[in-house]
Amino acid sequence: MQRIGVFVCWCGSNIAGTVDVAKVAEALKSEPGVVLSTNYQYMCSQAGQEMIKEAVKEHKLTGLVICSCSPRMHEATFRKTAAAAGINPYMVEIANIREQCSWIHKDMEEGTEKAIVLGRTAIAKVNLNAPLTPGESPVTKRALVIGGGIAGIQTALDIADAGFYVDIVEKKPTIGGKMAQLDKTFPTLDCAACILTPKMVDVAQHERIRIFSYSEVESVKGFVGNFDVTIRKKARYVKEDVCTGCGLCTEKCPQKKVPNEFNLGMDNRRAIYIPFAQAVPKVATIDADYCTMLKTGKCGVCSKVCTAKAIDYTQKDEFIEEKYGAIVAATGFNPISMDKFDEFAYSQSKDVITSLEFERLMNAAGPTAGKLLRPSDGVHPHKIVFVQCVGSRCASCAEKGKEYCSKICCMYTAKHAMLTRDKYPDTDVTVFYIDVRTPGKQFDEFYRRAVEEYGVHYIKGMVGKVSPEGNKLIVQGSDLIANKQLKIEADLVVLAAAIEPDKSARPLATMLTASMDTNDFFTEAHPKLRPVESPTAGIFLSGACQGPKDIPETVSQAGAAAAKVIGLLAKDKLTGNPCVAHSDEMMCNGCSSCEKVCPYGAITYSDKEFRGPNRTTLIRRVASVNEAICQGCGCCTVACPSGAMDLKGFASKQIMAEVDAICK
Amino acid sequence: MENSKQNLCNEIVRRSGVNPRKCMKCGKCSGTCPAYDEMEYHPHQFVYMVETGDIEPLLNSKSIYRCLTCFACVDRCPRGVEPAKLVEAVRLAVVREQGKNHLKADDIPELLDEELPQQAIVSALRKYSK
Ligand SMILES: Cc1cc2nc3c(=O)[nH]c(=O)nc-3n(C[C@H](O)[C@H](O)[C@H](O)COP(=O)(O)OP(=O)(O)OC[C@H]3O[C@@H](n4cnc5c(N)ncnc54)[C@H](O)[C@@H]3O)c2cc1C
Ligand code: SF4
Ligand code: SF4
Ligand code: SF4
Ligand code: SF4
Repeated sequence: MQRIGVFVCWCGSNIAGTVDVAKVAEALKSEPGVVLSTNYQYMCSQAGQEMIKEAVKEHKLTGLVICSCSPRMHEATFRKTAAAAGINPYMVEIANIREQCSWIHKDMEEGTEKAIVLGRTAIAKVNLNAPLTPGESPVTKRALVIGGGIAGIQTALDIADAGFYVDIVEKKPTIGGKMAQLDKTFPTLDCAACILTPKMVDVAQHERIRIFSYSEVESVKGFVGNFDVTIRKKARYVKEDVCTGCGLCTEKCPQKKVPNEFNLGMDNRRAIYIPFAQAVPKVATIDADYCTMLKTGKCGVCSKVCTAKAIDYTQKDEFIEEKYGAIVAATGFNPISMDKFDEFAYSQSKDVITSLEFERLMNAAGPTAGKLLRPSDGVHPHKIVFVQCVGSRCASCAEKGKEYCSKICCMYTAKHAMLTRDKYPDTDVTVFYIDVRTPGKQFDEFYRRAVEEYGVHYIKGMVGKVSPEGNKLIVQGSDLIANKQLKIEADLVVLAAAIEPDKSARPLATMLTASMDTNDFFTEAHPKLRPVESPTAGIFLSGACQGPKDIPETVSQAGAAAAKVIGLLAKDKLTGNPCVAHSDEMMCNGCSSCEKVCPYGAITYSDKEFRGPNRTTLIRRVASVNEAICQGCGCCTVACPSGAMDLKGFASKQIMAEVDAICK
Repeated sequence: MENSKQNLCNEIVRRSGVNPRKCMKCGKCSGTCPAYDEMEYHPHQFVYMVETGDIEPLLNSKSIYRCLTCFACVDRCPRGVEPAKLVEAVRLAVVREQGKNHLKADDIPELLDEELPQQAIVSALRKYSK
């Protein structure tokens, strides 16, 4: 028989406000096995924990029930307390009377009644609990970073500098991400390439970093400390180790009409290409959708001009298998499509562009060699209108826009406006805004400079429509402060498009069993206290894949994610979860049902000898669970038709006892 | 008086099905409205005035007859406020008061224009033939 101590927590007024804690403690006194039932203001405080330890000693307790907040909050705390008091940590049960009771009830009587039932349920379980000891598993001292934008780059560098091996998987032919496409960066206006490319080179030269460019993650198996990952290295038809990056092929390729994605389709590239001069790795890639050799077998010009003999038209996708201890998602973001916003005439006029396109137009390596020229006729625009919040803060049109604020566009629009006025003082610049959101160090000062020093006109109001008329764009919008509707004849309109997570993030999250929010941003384990970890152990988050972010924030988060990874890889062993599945060999009939449902591949079968009737020996096929791999999800226990599979700590009879206690 | 005004305001909100609190005051509706210059109160002001219960001026304003019911504001409002439905509800509140018709049903045939869409004629007749 257990000797159970029950501790009812007030959580200040969080619980005590809607639950009569004294009454709950009193009512639970008479439950089977209970030898002590009491209440206290803050059980998790040092004093509260001391109280538990004393009680264990004084009353010779063998099990504890803490009626408090969610086990997600403090189960670990109270398990530690139990261990310190000398009882097995798995003899502790939490009755969640806060999140699932006091916070959702208004009526004291109802709340109290429910808290008593929840407490009784936990007591019923503890009566059947048995001490458990967790197993240990080794840690593979190598990290995988998925996505090679500034987030992935920084995370990889920090982990590698701490002495661990890191692989970066980047789906594009080069690392660098969106930052490589930017011209100058707020709030200091340093050139993006000048601060990014040295980091890209550091990555390339780091002895502990490998870059798998033009590659994607194909499958992920395993668990924290022991992930098995398959990486697909897509065929680029160029031998990476042989190509010198001279670029001769990219000049001679006769297929010249391929939209250049790096310049967002505003100019063309060849079918064989190097995305930009500072690409890492600086290796050519053949675009199989456009290469005449690959499509028709005729051409072969690149192969002829390549002095290094790097071209290989027969290359196939390659699969690489590697083990990792930790995985970091750094898959970044993209601006949303403007196709559905007819009112801004994006698809009707070439002179309505997005802000990212504007970055390329201002960039010395862009399609206009850094001259601000209209895409339609190459003429210098004298009147530019910027529209903020296009598709952001858009609650009504889920199929068009996003409900959230994209966070970076107020700042980059101020940057664009300022840079334009600086370079072209003859150009008049107007910005339509709903709000100007510029919290951040030196951010509001930056925006005010655009207005006060550079004379950018900020108009509070939104643009209702843009209509192309001749070679002008008529921008019709509200000026809410003047209470007027404005019609501005503009030469160029720039839309600050909302940003969204990369489309590949959702399938990746499924592979990683990492959770996402409804907008497909990765969710963190705790929004405040664990912002760079996913709720799935061993998966970490870096950069804009977790939520809209500018570069300073991305880099801080990337470093934080690296610190968490380093903390994990520095361990030699991880203590597992002892609440794993276990099959009763005497009941198992070897049907394979459990193996089929186990998402982690933890179940294997073996032929074992059993004693048959009349001193005979029978050979039977039975299941066994690898405790280091089992995550305790419980799928197998439900699938098993003979009731042989059970979960330690969550045995069927324990669950049934809980249900009985609720229904009593 | 205060009370009856508030009641009318609630009634307008109920009839229109519009929740003026959803408005984030971006002004896109007024930026898009083709009848803007004809109006004394513009779509975003309609929303704001109903939200704050300042309904009297709207009832007496010609603005309610200037709205073309083109629904451009409804289509483009990022928050799904549907200002035109509010304009329509204010208009109805006035029209439903006996004798407050803008036109008499008998005046309509004279004003008919070949170019007018059928739908507009039908709805005009429905509105004025009381
Ligand atoms: C127009 C514009 C102007 C900006 N200006 C500034 C500025 O002036 N200052 C500032 O601080 N910030 C600015 N930003 C914000 C800045 O671009 C971001 O903060 C930064 O790029 C975020 O970095 P990231 O690595 O998280 O994402 P990204 O840059 O998007 O990088 C993600 C990388 O992951 C790769 N990837 C995605 N999915 C996969 C996958 N499944 N497998 C493998 N690889 C994958 C992508 O190809 C990409 O290389 C601007 C943004 C825009 C749009
Ligand atoms: S950052 Fe500014 S422009 Fe971007 S969505 Fe938020 S408020 Fe709008
Ligand atoms: S509980 Fe069963 S199904 Fe789940 S991981 Fe363990 S063995 Fe696999
Ligand atoms: S467009 Fe919608 S959110 Fe914006 S001011 Fe008009 S009603 Fe309000
Ligand atoms: S429906 Fe009325 S208020 Fe709305 S845009 Fe059209 S004319 Fe203006």
